[in-house]
Amino acid sequence: MSSVPISQWPSEYKYSAPVAGDTEMVNVTIDGVEVQAPRGELLIKVAQDYGTYIPRFCYHERMKPVGMCRMCLVEVEGMRGLQISCATPVVEGMVVTTQSPDVKEAQDGVLEFLLINHPLDCPVCDRGGECPLQDQTLAFGPGESRFVEEKRHFEKPIPISDLVLLDRERCIQCGRCTRFAAEVAGDPLIDFGGRGSSTEVITYPGAPFSSYFSGNVVQICPVGALTARSYRFKARPWDLSAVETSCQSCSVGCRGVLDSASNRLVRFLGVDSEPVNHGWLCDKGRYGYEWVHAKDRLNIPLVARGGGLVPESWPQALELATSVIRDVFDKHGAKAIGVLGGAQGTNEDAYAWARLAKGVIGTDNVDAQLGDGLPAEVVIGMERATIADLDSARAIVLLGPDLKEELPVLYLRVRRAAVDLGVPLVDIGASNTGLTPYAQAVLRHLPGDPEAVTEKLAAALAGQPTRPDELRPLLEAIDKRALIQKEGPVVVVLGRSSVAEAADATVRAAAILAQAGISAKFLSALPTANVHGALDLGLAPGFLPGRVTLAAGRDELAKTWARVPEEQGLGAAKILANAAGGEIKLLVLLNCDPIADFPDGQLAKDALKNVEHVISLNSFTNESMRHADVVFPITVWGEQRGSISNIEGRVARLGRKITPDGSTMEPWRIATELAARLGHEMDLESFTEVQDEIAQVAPAFVGVDSKLISWARDGAVLPVADHAAEITLALSSLDQNKRSAGVSWEPIPTSGEDTPGNGAVPPAVISPPRPAQALYSWAKQAPERTAALADSYSLRLVASRTLYGNDLITTQSPSLARLATVTAQLRVNERERDRLGVADGEVVRVISSRSSIELPLVVDPSVPERVALVAINRDAPGASDLVDINESVTDLRIETLSKPVIKES
Amino acid sequence: MAIEETRIVTKFLRDRPQDSWEYAVAREHNQAYSALEAALKRDPNELIEEVKTSGLRGRGGAGFSTGQKWSFLPAGVFPRYLAINADEGEPSTFKDHMLIEGDPHQLIEGTIISAFAIGAHHAFIYIRGEFALGTERLEAAVAEAYKNGYLGKDILGSGFDLELIVHQGAGCYIAGDETGLLSSLEGERAMPRIKPPFPAVQGLFAAPTVVNNVETISNIPHIVRKGGEWYASMGVNKSTGTRIFSVSGMVERPGNYEIELGMSFRDLIEGLAGGVRGGRPMQFFIPGGASAPWLLPEHLDEPLDMDRASELRTMLGSGSIMAFDDTVDPLLVSWRLARFFAHESCGKCTPCREGSSWIEKVLYRMTNGLGRPDDLDLLLDFGSNIVPGLNAPFAQTTICALGPSTMSHVVSLDRCFGAEIRARLQKDFDKRRSLEVTPA
Ligand SMILES: Cc1cc2nc3c(=O)[nH]c(=O)nc-3n(C[C@H](O)[C@H](O)[C@H](O)COP(=O)(O)O)c2cc1C
Ligand code: SF4
Ligand code: SF4
Ligand code: FES
Repeated sequence: MSSVPISQWPSEYKYSAPVAGDTEMVNVTIDGVEVQAPRGELLIKVAQDYGTYIPRFCYHERMKPVGMCRMCLVEVEGMRGLQISCATPVVEGMVVTTQSPDVKEAQDGVLEFLLINHPLDCPVCDRGGECPLQDQTLAFGPGESRFVEEKRHFEKPIPISDLVLLDRERCIQCGRCTRFAAEVAGDPLIDFGGRGSSTEVITYPGAPFSSYFSGNVVQICPVGALTARSYRFKARPWDLSAVETSCQSCSVGCRGVLDSASNRLVRFLGVDSEPVNHGWLCDKGRYGYEWVHAKDRLNIPLVARGGGLVPESWPQALELATSVIRDVFDKHGAKAIGVLGGAQGTNEDAYAWARLAKGVIGTDNVDAQLGDGLPAEVVIGMERATIADLDSARAIVLLGPDLKEELPVLYLRVRRAAVDLGVPLVDIGASNTGLTPYAQAVLRHLPGDPEAVTEKLAAALAGQPTRPDELRPLLEAIDKRALIQKEGPVVVVLGRSSVAEAADATVRAAAILAQAGISAKFLSALPTANVHGALDLGLAPGFLPGRVTLAAGRDELAKTWARVPEEQGLGAAKILANAAGGEIKLLVLLNCDPIADFPDGQLAKDALKNVEHVISLNSFTNESMRHADVVFPITVWGEQRGSISNIEGRVARLGRKITPDGSTMEPWRIATELAARLGHEMDLESFTEVQDEIAQVAPAFVGVDSKLISWARDGAVLPVADHAAEITLALSSLDQNKRSAGVSWEPIPTSGEDTPGNGAVPPAVISPPRPAQALYSWAKQAPERTAALADSYSLRLVASRTLYGNDLITTQSPSLARLATVTAQLRVNERERDRLGVADGEVVRVISSRSSIELPLVVDPSVPERVALVAINRDAPGASDLVDINESVTDLRIETLSKPVIKES
Repeated sequence: MAIEETRIVTKFLRDRPQDSWEYAVAREHNQAYSALEAALKRDPNELIEEVKTSGLRGRGGAGFSTGQKWSFLPAGVFPRYLAINADEGEPSTFKDHMLIEGDPHQLIEGTIISAFAIGAHHAFIYIRGEFALGTERLEAAVAEAYKNGYLGKDILGSGFDLELIVHQGAGCYIAGDETGLLSSLEGERAMPRIKPPFPAVQGLFAAPTVVNNVETISNIPHIVRKGGEWYASMGVNKSTGTRIFSVSGMVERPGNYEIELGMSFRDLIEGLAGGVRGGRPMQFFIPGGASAPWLLPEHLDEPLDMDRASELRTMLGSGSIMAFDDTVDPLLVSWRLARFFAHESCGKCTPCREGSSWIEKVLYRMTNGLGRPDDLDLLLDFGSNIVPGLNAPFAQTTICALGPSTMSHVVSLDRCFGAEIRARLQKDFDKRRSLEVTPA
């Protein structure tokens, strides 16, 4: 034990035996079989990796052991009494017996104890049928009970949050939920209360367990004590059928298992993918499957007729769309056509639409980002980091949005790196985020003005002498970290912290770090589900599929595509401006709603009002499609197979669990249908054919064909030749030997069409080829600074997303809808409020160069002075009324509606 | 020869019951802090050796060698902490609160010397929440010690700094277990922690920590003053020195007696405490606090020796003795103890959490004439899943020793009164059956 360096837990308040071993291998004998394992690894894990399952309740691979349940007792030669294998690190020469009579008796005893107060209401328990307590009782437990007294009683169930209910009678006090909340989520809102047999899980008075990660406790509870409102009594586990897939609530792409019963999605559980999500999901991802069944889903094509949108058959609707495209093309040329969106679909959708827009129609006015991201050349061309790089980073620099709100499971990973692994953390930004409390250096700046603090940081990280100032704790932490982690990149988590300022400022800060000689690597924090797949597959002006520019990829691609645009097209802001100005005649909206999503709402409205034609692909009606000629209803997540690319550029499999209601079509197929009607057969009949074509024509995707995608358990990071060693090839996605901590206890085998590898056995090793041509690399240059001077009478706007807003996933999923905040507020700190002399909650007039709206003012201590925060995923009036996309920042003047109340002193 | 106490740590407070806790009095009449002055001039390692030489063993319950415990701290790892266990929660134990109320300066002096010896610059006295007077006197004494330069920076010009914090518990037995105490000190629920890591390696705030009992630490100034050899010359075998025993139950003169270890139970109970009340015969006695297995009158001539107690399959534990005469129903005693443990189990580990209340329920029906013939065997059977082997010194399937304590009295029932109880259960059962209405 003491041989494992204590510095493994640099956070000084952690008490545990080591969870991971060191690099030295030791010999351990388990039930007579000698095996090798890293010294210090926990015995229970070593045994499991070699096929011996030691029963357990409280132990969880992703949390520190507590030794509460006493189920995992084993005999260790030379140690007195039985030992808990969940907290016993292996050492050289250890001899372990896991099945002796004494061990069996102890296991039998623990189960008898656990059952004396357990209500045994299995027939009405959600866990019944996939319950570790049931399973282990069957395998290791007593056949009968000798307890004849009255069992413990509690009111049941009680809600501990809006999403989770607690049945204290069923609880076996394993402390998984409480440890998850405190250790993993950092939301210590549940704990134990009471003592002895009346020990119960409690919330604190007036403080529900309102964590963004509350659903994980339902998943890891070894009994049915914690249940999810969304799933209670919905199904019996044996009636479920499951498929592994990637979550698409945000761009982290957490791996999970999607369960359905009778063609209805009923549950989504995290799967433990080491490089991605460690088994966790955020509540939005977990419960956000419900929107798929929303009653307002579009399920038949619509066409404009008689002043409204009316149902139409697919052939007719496709014909109409084709004639609109042909008409505009013939009259005004390809440049009169703009394609927006595509960040919500699959890689196959993105590719087929890129091919249709650029390779068939010939327009480069294509943009998957709606003014809320970063320039494509930065995202595509920056030196990329993987999520796992966070664990071994020299330091992590946050230069982007509040990860807790926008990329929640990435927040967990960064938090773990900072808290458990001791990776120094820097928070650059205009206001506090969920990770601010964990940062060694907090560098605040006015919105739109990050350069000065970034330069200081870059200099300090590059080893230049700094004054003793706010960076000192950081440099000390880095020095301390260097004792165990000398090398390792500085990982910059890069994204847009606010859409009220131009992206240029962020790009300038990124360029400073990229040029600082600190081996900076960037991890994108653009949150939209598959925005990285869309960019990688050419849904950005100037780029072709596979991270190459028009010029670089033209010759190669011309072998497959009919044409490639001659010159670089426009980004979303210009496309909308040109649509508003009349140069663009047709807007194709790929599953997007610019009026709601574009930061400058007025521009989006003008564009859609003035543009002659709109073709919209979507799953719901929205404001932007009011002007559409044709609306195509599309197949969505859960209904569609394919692949996505996450923030790392990791290509991972999407599974299909249900057959869609009505007649929807996959977006990629709509593209091929339109292409065929425009006279270009794409010759793509299935999503695997699309994948194979991508692997063939898109340089960055070389090697990532349909076979690899289906074999790679955790997906494959591009370019795959650089990441080949990280790929785990698996026949069964939930491998028997590497049990998933995600799904109850035992892996749920996936079957049928989504069998990994589609039935083909993977090779023992893969040696993926390198791209034949150099991929695009960012020049690390940034546009000149044009920042406006700050006006001391005004507040500068930060407009960012929160997890639960007016977005479709939240509002269309009944479980989440109750958590949604849909009306905008102006959030300022107390001093600004006092300066204005208004009361908390009072409605004020907010004036920007763009317009004037009325919003309630709310005090928020996390907002610094001279800054005002308005969330963007809110119904109008809100941030998008205030933002002018052509301004570098958004300054606000606040006026009171009523006369200020003069307080008597 | 008269049977007498050997007063070392209780001498002063016995001699001046009216004001022994006052700083000026203690300084003038008890050389308070003179041992500290001497100790600060010595090498810390030498002090540890001195304590090792004394053979002093922990007075909190486990009886572990104090000097050895101090030398377990890993070299070169700082900060380190010293925590004094003043939680005294063991039923029938009431010696520490006398030491705290009567001679707080002795405890503080011992604490400072111990902290100096182990290189700690922060020490904590975790005092049981119910000890109102003790807290008051201790806090006043700590303030005096600060005022007079025995605490704080550069103590007596030695360059040694020490902050001493008195922390009141919130009232639970399990905060007396050393790791439970550390959790509680950190502001967490008092739940014991799995070992390893041991407190010596990762204790308070994950730093190396020594936890010692009040009485243990109160001995330190005397050992420093008179030497380890002197201390070791008292006592018997590996139980050196003196020890305070809280004698209670049905005896004529209940109270605290500080005696040289090695004295017999008979001399202590009959000689010093006046024997069983009213001259009644003794039925059994509990030698080491509620957690200790019971002994019978036939054991009265055994010596108070920690190792001998182990041979007798019990322990001297927290240093308290409860005597029971022949009017007492042993089942009632057992049930009452079971209730205590069921109430105080922290709920962390399954066998103790569930087992302790099951034991209580079964004993309740046994005590009240509702037992079943095989109830004692039932208890022993499922109880062996808390205490495999049922033999003291107890093995345990639990984290802390409270687990086995829940079974200690049951094991004693079987050992001391097994046959009678089984017969009684059968009789109760038969009687109940005879009352049942048999259908015609
Ligand atoms: C349930 C339980 C309660 C305990 N209560 C106390 C107590 O109240 N006071 C005490 O000094 N030790 C108590 N102990 C013993 C401590 O864990 C620890 O061994 C002791 O404080 C060490 O000090 P010592 O070596 O000086 O005896 C308790 C142990 C257990 C398992
Ligand atoms: S509610 Fe579930 S996870 Fe939490 S302590 Fe109880 S059994 Fe364990
Ligand atoms: S044995 Fe009992 S008191 Fe001790 S840790 Fe376990 S549950 Fe808590
Ligand atoms: S799994 Fe080891 S004690 Fe619970």
